Amino acid sequence: MEVTRKQLADGVYLTCLPARKFKTSLLSAQFVTPLAEETASAYALLPAVLRRGTVTYPDMGALAARLDKLYGARIDYTVRKKGESQCVGFVASFIDDSFVPGGERLLEPVAELLGELVCDPATERGRFVPAYFESEKTNLIDAIRSIINDKRDYADSRLLREMCAGEAYGIPRLGSEEDAERLQLRKLYAQYGKLIGASRLELFYSGSADRRRVEDALLSAFATLPRENIRETFPAQTHPARQEVLRVTEELDVTQGKLGMGFACRSDDTAALLMGNTLFGGSSNSKLFLNVREKLSLCYYASSLYHRQKGIITVSSGIEFENYQKAYDEIMAQLDAVRNGDLEDWELDGARSTLLNAYASMGDSQGKLENFYLGQAATGQSETPEELAEQVRNVTPERIFNAMKSVELDTVYFLRGKEEAE
Amino acid sequence: MKQSFYERLGESVYRETLPNGLQIYVVPKPGYAKKYAFFATRYGGMDTRFCLNGQWLDTPAGIAHYLEHKMFDTKEGNALQELAKNGAEPNAFTSNAMTGYYFDSTDHFEENLEILLSFVSIPYFTEESVAKEQGIIGQEIRMVEDNPDWQIYVRMMRALYKNSTARTSIAGTVESISHITAETLYDCHKAFYTPSNMVLTVVGDVDPIHVVDLARRVLPREGGPVIPRDHGTEPPEVAEKETSLAMEVSCPQFLTGFKCKPAGETDYLRTAVIGDLACDILLGDSSPLYLRLYDEGLINTSFGGSFEMMPGVAYLYAGGDSKDARKVRGEILKEAERLVKEGIDEEFYQQVRKAAFGANLRGLNSFENIAVSLTEGYFNGYDPFRFPQVFDEVTKEDIQNFLRENITEEQCVLSEIVPR
Repeated sequence: MEVTRKQLADGVYLTCLPARKFKTSLLSAQFVTPLAEETASAYALLPAVLRRGTVTYPDMGALAARLDKLYGARIDYTVRKKGESQCVGFVASFIDDSFVPGGERLLEPVAELLGELVCDPATERGRFVPAYFESEKTNLIDAIRSIINDKRDYADSRLLREMCAGEAYGIPRLGSEEDAERLQLRKLYAQYGKLIGASRLELFYSGSADRRRVEDALLSAFATLPRENIRETFPAQTHPARQEVLRVTEELDVTQGKLGMGFACRSDDTAALLMGNTLFGGSSNSKLFLNVREKLSLCYYASSLYHRQKGIITVSSGIEFENYQKAYDEIMAQLDAVRNGDLEDWELDGARSTLLNAYASMGDSQGKLENFYLGQAATGQSETPEELAEQVRNVTPERIFNAMKSVELDTVYFLRGKEEAE
Repeated sequence: MKQSFYERLGESVYRETLPNGLQIYVVPKPGYAKKYAFFATRYGGMDTRFCLNGQWLDTPAGIAHYLEHKMFDTKEGNALQELAKNGAEPNAFTSNAMTGYYFDSTDHFEENLEILLSFVSIPYFTEESVAKEQGIIGQEIRMVEDNPDWQIYVRMMRALYKNSTARTSIAGTVESISHITAETLYDCHKAFYTPSNMVLTVVGDVDPIHVVDLARRVLPREGGPVIPRDHGTEPPEVAEKETSLAMEVSCPQFLTGFKCKPAGETDYLRTAVIGDLACDILLGDSSPLYLRLYDEGLINTSFGGSFEMMPGVAYLYAGGDSKDARKVRGEILKEAERLVKEGIDEEFYQQVRKAAFGANLRGLNSFENIAVSLTEGYFNGYDPFRFPQVFDEVTKEDIQNFLRENITEEQCVLSEIVPR
């Protein structure tokens, strides 16, 4: 069944992903806006505040009861970073009509609730309910602070922050703690008007209903959405070159060290970099996994990630503090191996099948599909997973080696334990 | 081969038991590109003491998990690589009562299945390869020791249980795993990795007959004896009421656990459904208690609860971030008392049942979830796909009885992590 993308209104697009095989349907409404320090934490806060209540369902109790009665439908607010765009909104998931006892239909009421959450929030004297604002602001600050609880995530995020300082890509998806502290009730309501009025709205549906029905339900649900001077979205800027590798060390009270390394890719051969990264550290068959972990037992995890929408590669690993230099040298040695084509045939075949398997099975998960197509829409790209798979199929080893030769070390981040105080 | 169709779920299950005792399930999923295989043994972190050839053996904590890591080694090299070459994504996990090996792949499924069945049934390790693994697992243990979610949970289990091996950490400690040798690993494999102690589940667009034929061809012809295990005799009372640890975290977190009466041999699924519903009614995110505590700022969206069962034990637990964990625990106890005394509101009960049905149905989107629940069902004597019928049978009184028997001050423990 074919994927379609259609403009429903000024700056409103619907991507339909028809499927009959799931027990559930998915509806998603995402506002796409440039990621910026000034607005990141405000926009991150908005869907959380909106999720607290609407005119018809004015508090969490009323909303939760409504969702329970729709057979445990879920509407989660989401804040995501796609390239240098921030995407905020809601993802709804509800059981597909064919499994609802008594032939009840869930698509229309869920769409309506989604529209209400966006367009008709509970308000008091022309602004958000102060109690909702205050408690969600506290939650946002807690969420930003809690990144430190998972040291792997923390180290990954610190690496990006350092590597892309001054670029939109370095901004965490929830913004900074300081900006979140400064958020104000009155100003947030104005920012809400701007977000829903002037940014692109991307809608997604996956399920068994026909497109006509989905369009009708969404047009009716978002009938009162304001639309004016819709801002365009842009692909991410290229990471600027650095004269000298940036090296950052941080100390925290931890027992395991984290070594993060960021690389800039100076090639735009996406398919070759996808392959190169998979060979380097993108699978359990990669150079990093087999050598740094399996052969040298230097760590429990060592993997690399290609940020397709930004053109960088980051390496993430957990090591004993004293193994820093060994792990660093080994990671660089493995990168060289990929650059120099020091590879066996099975490694190439394996990396290719890993990627092809990932693209082929994307259609088996509604969440992955929605996330993929949102990323494409937010960064102005249009390839389908099948087209990306086709590109990967056609990449030659020479293209991979050349693309990986353009990969240069940019930033090294090391998190280690504090010296024991005697 | 027996086929059952579950109309209310839109699912079919093919079942076959091989002469060697292996149980096979195949769940066809037309329209999916991905095919998933899950091969599991009834052997997990809890099974440290067992009887082999008439002799009781005490094995080091963490050995089932250690064995899981080492099973990927083959005479030719490593099964992970073999599978990854075919684009399959293999992995494994060890839980308290089970070790499962799995992969999903879109191509070469039968070839991959053959690799999976062989490497799990043919152990290959040397003293050297076993010693080397201590570095990797040691790092894994260090990693989880830094994780507050892990610390808070393990400490809660130690507070709940005095003797049951439910209190043993699945990965063990750096110290305990240092006693593991190739010989003990071979013993454990011989005892527990026999076809009669295992289940194979395949989910996806496959031919069930091919799956059964392949298993018959690749696996050993003989099953093994039933291995008696000793999980410790657990008294009804908890081991300690409170436990607290300071870590590098941003805000205090807590888990409060309630030691529940374990399920009988024949009512596992029913107990699970009652426990889950009781948890939703008591503190789920549409419950009066949740909404009140959220409004008062005592909990946030991190708050949640769950009901769990393992061999010989059952517990309900809940937690998240809170600035006043004692207050939250007190409110949970008061709410349970209120529900027992005043009864459960009928409209609220129906609403929660609808939601729970939806959540269970949603679970069938996940191949892994389907395979794990069929396997758990087999090990504990129930059919997980019968949940709609069980939902029909359970009553409000069952929930009230559950709360009366289990959610009490005496059965309650508190585990906290506080910022340094």
